[in-house]
Order: sequence, then C-alpha cells, then structure tokens
Amino acid sequence: MIYLDHAATTPMRPGVWDAMKPYTDIEFGNSSGIHRVSRRAKNALEEARESIAAAIGAGTLEIVFTSGGTESDNLALKGAVFNESPRRGTVTVATEHEAVLDTGDFLRRMGLPVTVVGVDDEGRVDREQLVAAVDHETSIVSVMLLNNETGVVQDVASIADAVKTRDSQVLVHTDAVQAFSSEPIDVSTLGVDLMSLAAHKFGGPKGVGILYVREGTALEPVQHGGGQELGRRSGTHDVGRVVGMAMAMEMARGDRDEFRYRVSQIRDDFHKRLTAGIEGLIVNTPETRRSPHHLNVRFPGVFNETLLVRMDLAGIAASAGSACQSGASEVSHVLEAMGLTPGQARESVRFSFGWPSTIEEAEEAADIVIDLVGQLR
Amino acid sequence: MRALVAMSGGVDSSVAAALMRDAGHEVVGVTLKMWAGPNGEAPTAGCCTVSDAEDARRVAGQLDIPYYVLDYTTEFRDGVVDRFIRDYASGRTPNPCIECNRTVKFDRLLHRLDDFDSDVMVTGHHARSRFDGRQWSLRRGADQAKDQSYVLSMLTQRELSRARFPVGELTKTEVRSMASAMGLRTARKPESMDICFVGRRDYRTFLARTAPEAFVAGPLVDTEGHELGAHDGIAGFTVGQRRGLGVAVGEPRFVVRIEPATSTVVLGRRQDLGVVGVELSQVVWTAGGGGSGEVMAQYRAHSEPVPAVVEGDRLLFADLQEAVAPGQTVAFYDGDRVLGGALIARTLA
Repeated sequence: MIYLDHAATTPMRPGVWDAMKPYTDIEFGNSSGIHRVSRRAKNALEEARESIAAAIGAGTLEIVFTSGGTESDNLALKGAVFNESPRRGTVTVATEHEAVLDTGDFLRRMGLPVTVVGVDDEGRVDREQLVAAVDHETSIVSVMLLNNETGVVQDVASIADAVKTRDSQVLVHTDAVQAFSSEPIDVSTLGVDLMSLAAHKFGGPKGVGILYVREGTALEPVQHGGGQELGRRSGTHDVGRVVGMAMAMEMARGDRDEFRYRVSQIRDDFHKRLTAGIEGLIVNTPETRRSPHHLNVRFPGVFNETLLVRMDLAGIAASAGSACQSGASEVSHVLEAMGLTPGQARESVRFSFGWPSTIEEAEEAADIVIDLVGQLR
Repeated sequence: MRALVAMSGGVDSSVAAALMRDAGHEVVGVTLKMWAGPNGEAPTAGCCTVSDAEDARRVAGQLDIPYYVLDYTTEFRDGVVDRFIRDYASGRTPNPCIECNRTVKFDRLLHRLDDFDSDVMVTGHHARSRFDGRQWSLRRGADQAKDQSYVLSMLTQRELSRARFPVGELTKTEVRSMASAMGLRTARKPESMDICFVGRRDYRTFLARTAPEAFVAGPLVDTEGHELGAHDGIAGFTVGQRRGLGVAVGEPRFVVRIEPATSTVVLGRRQDLGVVGVELSQVVWTAGGGGSGEVMAQYRAHSEPVPAVVEGDRLLFADLQEAVAPGQTVAFYDGDRVLGGALIARTLA
C-alpha cells in the first residue's frame, strides 16, 4: 500500500508510542487526584503542557487540552459566541473544515448571526471583504490557516491584524490543524486569540489536540463537569495521549524545514510525472503560498469515485472531498467555493504526502495513476 | 474473475458475496447510497439505511474483501423517486424497487463494471440464470416462496451475461444457515419490506410532503359517470383499492379506473374490476428480439401467474383479471422460466 493520504492522518512518529505507553497501564493515575499516583500523572501532563506551549510561543495557562481538531473548533466558536459578552455573531470562510462550518450552521439554527465569506478561484479569502463582514455583533472571526483539501495558505497574521484594527473586541480563531508540520506556528506572530491543533496530523496520537486560548479570552465551556483545564474543558485527561502529542510536536517542529524541503520535492516530482503522463491534467492547488504536502488535481473525464476505488484496489490510498459517515464521497465544498462545478469537483482527487513519504513510492504511485486514468478515459 | 457484489446489508447479498469468494473469485463489495432525505439524512427504514450499509461493511470485513459505498443518490432520485412521484400523479401505481433494479443496479452500476475492472455484477436476488452456450436464460429461484425473478423480468441478454445470482440456487433457510455457519452478522436479520425513501409511513404521506403538486383534487364517479363525491388527488389511489375511498355506499366499492386527464377516480363494484388484458410498454423478451404467443403472466410481485396471450404490445388474459394496476410490471413465464417482462401502460376493459 502506498499511502498518499497524510492530510487525513499520518502515522505516529517513531518513539511516540513508547513514550505514551507507560501512561496507559503502569502510570494510570487520574491527573486530578491528590495521591502520588495522580501526582506522577499530573507531572507528566504539566511537563507536556510546558513543552507544547513553548512550541507555539504560548504560555502554559493558554493551552487547553481537547480530544482533537473538531472539539477545538467547536469550543472556539461556541465558547466565544456564548461567553459573557453580548456579541453573538460569527464570521467565517466558505472553505473551512466542517467542524467550523457545521458549528456555524448550528449557531444559525440557534438564531445567531453567521456570515460565511467566499474565496477567489485559488481558494483565498479577500481580507477586505472579510473585515467588511465584521460588525458590532461579531464575537468571532474564524479563518483556517492551511486548507485541508487544497493546501492553500491564508494570510492569517494580516487578517487578524486587520480585524483587530477594525474592532479590537472581536476574537480571531484559526484552525491550524493541517499546518503544524510545515508552517512556522507562533501565536504572537499570527496574532490570533484562539487556535486549534490536532496531534494525529503531525505524527502524534489520534483523539487529542489543543485549543490555544489567549490569556484573558472569555470562553464558555462546551463540556461542563469536573473543572479541568481551568474550567474551560472538563473531563479526565488522557495523559498518555498528551505526552505523545508533546513528543510528536517536538519532533515535527525540529524537522519542519527539512519536511518542507523534502516533502515538497516528493510532491513536485509526483506532480511533474502526472502532468507528463496525463493529458489535460488540471491542478486545483495554487502555485504560491501553499503547503508543501498537498496536491489537489482534476482528471477531466474521470469520475473520482471510480478512480479512488481503482487506486485502492491497486494499492494506493488517496481521497476526495470529505467522506460522510457511510464512506460515500460527496462533492467538495472547498472546490465548489473556488468556482468549480459539481462535475469538476467530482473529477478531483487530493494526494497528500507526509513524513514517511519517499520519492520512490511517489513515482511508483504516479505511474499507476497514469495507467488507471488512461483506462478510465 | 473479479466480481462486484451489490451488498444491501441483508443476508442474501452477504451470502452471495461469501459464495463468490469461496468459489475462488476476487470479490469487491459495494453498497449503493441511494437516498438521503431533504437534510441529507440517511433513511432509517426499508433497505439501504445507515445500519444496512454498516452491516454490509462489517460483513465485507468478516469476509476480508474490499468494500466501498458508491454515491447513486442522483441516479436514484432521477430514475426512481421522481418517476414514483410522476407515476402516482398520473394515476399509475409504480413499483420503485423494480425501477431501482432496472435503472440503477442493472443499468448504471452494470455499466461501470469495466471501470471497476470487474467481470460480473453479483446480487442477492432469488433467481437462477443459466448460459446454454448460446443464450442466457432466467428461471425462478430454487425457493419458490422467495422467488424474485419477477423483479428481474426486464433484464436482457446483455445484462444477464454480466450478472450472477448465486443465492438463487438456495432456499432462504439454506441461505440463513450458511450465514450462521460463517458467523455473518446478517444471518438472522429480518427482511426489509418498506420502500426505502418512504420508510414506515404511508406512501401518501411521503407524496403529500415531497410532491404536493401530485395531489389535484377531482371527482369520484361511478361507472355511469354519476358524481359520488370528491377526492384530494389521484395520487392517493390505486386500482383495486377498497379502503379509504371517502364514500359510503351500500355495497363494497373499488377503484376501477383512474383518469388522470380529468383527475377522475372511477368507483365500481367488484365485477367492474375485471379487465380482459393490458397494453404494454417497454416490452423485453429475455431471449432478445420480439415475441408473442401464449405465456403465464404475473402482474403483481406475489400473485399467481395466469394464462395469457401476448400480441405485440397487448397482453390478453384467458380469464378476466381484477385489480390490474397501470404502472406495475407484468412478467411472462413458461413454467419457471422467464420469457420476458413489460410495464402495464393501461388496462383493456
């Protein structure tokens, strides 16, 4: 199996599981207790928190552990909208992840104002247009740093700056779930109040993530209970996962430059081979300000559902759009927002590369894809 | 040989997949996502529900075969649901399950076999097909009580040559005991009887909600044309229907005819139901080409076949038949062999 779906999830980095393991059996303590078993768990948890905070330029009190990207996005939006401020409005972008857009739908059903701003044909939001959507009701603006389907990078720093200039009371959130492996992430440079990360996207375990919450940001919890995470997110910690996340983060940050260089070379090589072998190949991913590891391409005349099945049968894993619960693929809302017709979106496939990717497997995969596309046309 | 098995999540298609695998074929399981409600929700009753797809996925996992959910919602809406609405709105009584087989499974999916690099499509229907070296033939399933050849009566040589029905050779009891023996989770699953997109509700409720335009009010008249009352729309009626007519007359009355042009529903006595024959559309002869002559005609999913003669696009019954509804399928048999099938365009009084 050649795995080209690293944007969906990527394997854990070497050593991460070993670091986590003791906290699943030997060091099983509940980090909220008063005895020594709990203390050891609590120490591991807080050590991990320090390392994570340092990795994104945050303070330790600004890190809230969650179950992953979806929960972090939910907590950011609902937490901001339902906080003590009378502002209840949300402004976001059409190409966001479902965790943001569907939360927006929920807020709209609750009768609250939600504005979704469109993007250009590269998938980029216009900063002025976004800022213009902010009004006196707006509580939060949410803009994804690196798009999960196309890899396009939004200029979150300048957007945050412009939003704050217009109205300093508006909170700015970024879903940076796809970005940590390749983009320099520093919350003060980005200028955001809230930021979502998920460990399994950068070589950590699934089921754990963080929401960065700038000090002084009022947030109503979504999950109420025992008051963990300073009341911002109740629930017993999974210390092992947090430890694993901290370690993966350390590793991903340590080789970020190398990742950018090496993985973009693999991706570009794969792309070049596809272009040479497939007539009329169209790239949905923009050429500039994009991730090194995503490639979203359109094969005119080929139905992506069929191609994905054939690729799977031939041993290549990739994806298209977002998968619903049944596993049937749906038309990508991201590509539609970029102006593609549903038919064109249904000809598009996302290939994504990761830390274990090699140039050899990418070339082998490209040759198989070229062959399959030839058969399906 | 690579076999694409259409897995509905029921016991029959589960065992069909297992039989093909055990016969040494390379098997790929697929479930067709047919229907999502107005808010994209999957159905919870009938076939093709969320839990059915989940059952199919788990069975595929048990059999260790690749498995995919394919999106056929557009094809299903255009080919089956819209037609269902159109048929009722024009006084016919559609059979959406047959239409789904014909336009979605045995047309759109079958046409993608090459794309999936597969040789045949396999379903869990109880029917038997054979190739005699020259031609394909279709017979009733080994289990007469579960026979589904009626719903496959409109398949042509081309479709039969690329389809396989492995459970048609077995009785339902055998199918279930094989499933139990293999530990398949669908072994004891009850059969679905509902129409997937209608669910457990009455079909009229579905029509009233999704296609109110199908309800044009009109008169209820007797066979002499005397007005007996009014109705909300012809979509609520089926030929042969006795209950819920909204009129009280001394003796039992039945819907004998629906006249869509004037939205008229004609009521009559039992003896008025009799028809001598039907006009056919979309006639298919299994052996190909045209056909005519004496057949045993089955005009409902679970009715006894009756002697009839086909002459071109007309079918004449040997005896008067009651409750023959336009829009339904009529299958032609010779013993347990399928000769062909057609749609009932209108009845001949």
